[in-house]
Amino acid sequence: MTAAIQARGVSVTLRGARLLHEAHVNVGRGEWVAVIGPNGAGKTTLLRALAGLVPFAGSILLNGRAVSAGSRREVARQLAIVPQRPQTPPQLTVAEYVLLGRTPHMGRLGGESREDRLAAERAIARLELRPFAGRLLGSLSGGELQRVALARALAQDAPILLLDEPTSALDLGRQQQALELLDALRREECLTVVTALHDLSLASQYADRLLLMDGGEVVADGTAADVICERTIGAHYDADVRVVHDADGTVTVLPRRRGRPCR
Amino acid sequence: MNAAATHALPRKVCPRCARPFACGEGRPGCWCESIAVSRETLAEIRALADDCLCPGCLRAFAARPGEEAGPHGADGLRPPAPRRWAKAMPDAAVRSRGLGRAPAAVAVAFLLGSLLLALGVGPVAIAPGAIAVSALSHVPLLGVHAHLSDIQQAILWQVRAPRVVLGALVGGMLAVAGSAYQGVFRNPLADPYLLGVAAGAGLGATLAIAYAGASAASGELLPLAAFAGAIAAVAGAYLLGRSAVGGAADVLVLAGVTVAAFATAVQTFVLQRHAQTLREVYSWLLGGFAAADWHRVALVAPYVGLSSLVLVLHRRTLDVLSLGDEEAGALGLHVHRVRLLIVVAATVGTSAAVAVSGLIGFVGIIVPHTIRLLTSVSYRAIVPLSLLLGAGLLVLADVIARSLLSPAELPIGVVTAFFGAPFFAIVLRTTRFQA
Repeated sequence: MTAAIQARGVSVTLRGARLLHEAHVNVGRGEWVAVIGPNGAGKTTLLRALAGLVPFAGSILLNGRAVSAGSRREVARQLAIVPQRPQTPPQLTVAEYVLLGRTPHMGRLGGESREDRLAAERAIARLELRPFAGRLLGSLSGGELQRVALARALAQDAPILLLDEPTSALDLGRQQQALELLDALRREECLTVVTALHDLSLASQYADRLLLMDGGEVVADGTAADVICERTIGAHYDADVRVVHDADGTVTVLPRRRGRPCR
Repeated sequence: MNAAATHALPRKVCPRCARPFACGEGRPGCWCESIAVSRETLAEIRALADDCLCPGCLRAFAARPGEEAGPHGADGLRPPAPRRWAKAMPDAAVRSRGLGRAPAAVAVAFLLGSLLLALGVGPVAIAPGAIAVSALSHVPLLGVHAHLSDIQQAILWQVRAPRVVLGALVGGMLAVAGSAYQGVFRNPLADPYLLGVAAGAGLGATLAIAYAGASAASGELLPLAAFAGAIAAVAGAYLLGRSAVGGAADVLVLAGVTVAAFATAVQTFVLQRHAQTLREVYSWLLGGFAAADWHRVALVAPYVGLSSLVLVLHRRTLDVLSLGDEEAGALGLHVHRVRLLIVVAATVGTSAAVAVSGLIGFVGIIVPHTIRLLTSVSYRAIVPLSLLLGAGLLVLADVIARSLLSPAELPIGVVTAFFGAPFFAIVLRTTRFQA
C-alpha cells in the first residue's frame, strides 16, 4: 500500500533564500502528523510544497501520484489545505464560501452541480454551521471563520488535509474543540492529516507522529516521547523548558524562567 | 429497486430507527428521489437527521395526514402544493447567489429601452412602435411592412443604428472589462484602463495624427494606431510586471502605472512639437461616436464578442480568485495562466473599443459597482449584468451627448465623467467603510 504522502529530498529556494532543504516526509494513510519547530523553521513552506504551491526540487507523491506544476486540479482533488489566515471575503455567505471548495470538481467554465451542493451541505452540517449558512463571512467571529474554512476544505472531498496552525487564533477551549473535531473527522472520513502546530503539548496529545523542523530541515521524526525532550527543545527553540512524560506517551512542555528575578 | 442493484449500494444506518439500509444517495433513481414531502416536513427531517433516512421512515413521514394533499388538492380543483424530493435536494441556503432572474430581466429591459430611445431621439423623431415594425420588416418571411418613409428608413438604419450599436458594443465591453479587471486584481478601483490601455491608445492616436496626418473622420489609420498603442502598452506592462515578481497582481498594477506614465510623457512631448494637432487629438481623446458607421461596427464587433464571451465564461473563476492567488491555486486553478487569459481578453476587447470611440471614462467602474451595490457581489452576476447595463448606459450617455447642445455634440467622455464622478465618490465612500 502506498503512503498518502511520500516526499523525497524536497528543497525550496525562493529568491535566493533556502527555506526548505532535502526534506524527507512519509505520512501513512489515515495518519495524523504534526509539524513542529520554532518560527521560521520552514513548517509553512513544507506544507505549501506538499500542496504544490511553491516551486520545489525533489519529488512529492500524493497517494502515488506526482505533484507537479501541471497537475493543479489533480492535486486539489487529493489534498486540501487550510492556511493559517485564510482569505475570507466579507461579502460572501458561508454557503458560497464552502461551495468554492468544490472548484476542483467542477468544470472550469461550469457551475455547481447537485452533487457539489450536497457535498457542501454535508460539510456545513458536519461542522454545525447550518444556522450560519446564509450569513456573510464579515459577520462571523474568528473561531467561526476557522470552522468555515475547515468546512470549505472538507467540501473539497480530498483524502489528505493540511492545516497550518489551525489553533493559532483560538482560545484554550476552542483549541481543544477544534482538534477534537479534527480527530473525529479524520476517523469518520479516513483522512490523512498534517498540521503545523505551535503548541507542543497539544501536538503530542493529538498527533500520531511529530516532525521537528529547524532551519529548513527535518531534524527529528517520531512519536512525541521520542522527539520532545528537554535537550532537543532547548537546542532548537532556544528555550528553557521542563518536559513531563506521561504514562500514555503524551508529553507536557512547561516553560521555565531563566535566571532569577531581581529583588 | 432490484436486489442486485441494492447489493452494490453503500450500507448506512437510519438515524431515526437505527436499522441498517442500502442508500443510493446521489445516484439517479434512488428511492428518496421518488418520495416527495412538503417543505415543512423536509425542514423537520433535516432538523432530525444529517443523513438519509431509510425508505421505511421516509415513507412514514410522507404518509402522514395532511402530507398527501394541500388544502385544495383532494377535491381536484387545484394541484397539490409544490412538494420537494426528500433528500436528494440540497438545502436551499447552500447555493451561490448567481445571476437572479429579476436583475437579468431588468438589465435586458434597460438595454432594450435605451436602444429604442436612442434610435427614436434626434432631429427627426421616430416613434418606438415604428422602429420595432421597421426592425421586424428586415426579418425575412415575417411579411411585416414598415410604414416609414425612405428618408426615415435611411436615418434610422444608416445614421442612428450604427451609432447606437457601436455605443452598445463599446459600453458593454468597457463595463465587462472593468468588472474582470476588478476581479482579477482584487481591487475595487480597477478600471479597464488600469494596465495602460488609455495611455497607449492615446500615444498611438497622437502619433498617427501628428506624423501620418490621420484624422477621426478619415480611414482606418487612427483606430489601428490606437489599437496597436493600447495592446503594446499592456503587453509592456505585463512583461515588466512578470519579470519583476512573476506576475503578482499588485506588481502588474504598478507596472501598468509605470508604462502609462511613460506613454503619456511621450505623447505630451509629441503634442508640444505639433501644437497644430492639439485640437484633433483632444477631440479624439474625449471620445465620441460621431464617426460611427456599419464599417466600424464590423471592425470592433468580433473583438468585443470574443472578449466578452471569454470573460462571461470565466465569471465563476473570478469568484475563486477572490480568495487570493495562493488559495485559488490550492483549489486547482492555474492562477497565472487564468489571470493572463482574462487580462488578454479584457485588454484586446477594451483596446478595440477605445480604437473606435476614444477614451470614455467611468463606465468601467460605475457599472460593476452599481451592480455590486444593488444586487450581488458574485462575479457570476456582475460580469453578465455589466455587459448589459454598460451597453445601455453608454447608449443613453450618447443620446445626451448628441442632443443636449444639438446640433453640436458634447464629447461623450464629458457626459460619462460628469455623471460618473459624483456617483464614483459615493462608491468610494461606501467601499472604504467595508474594507
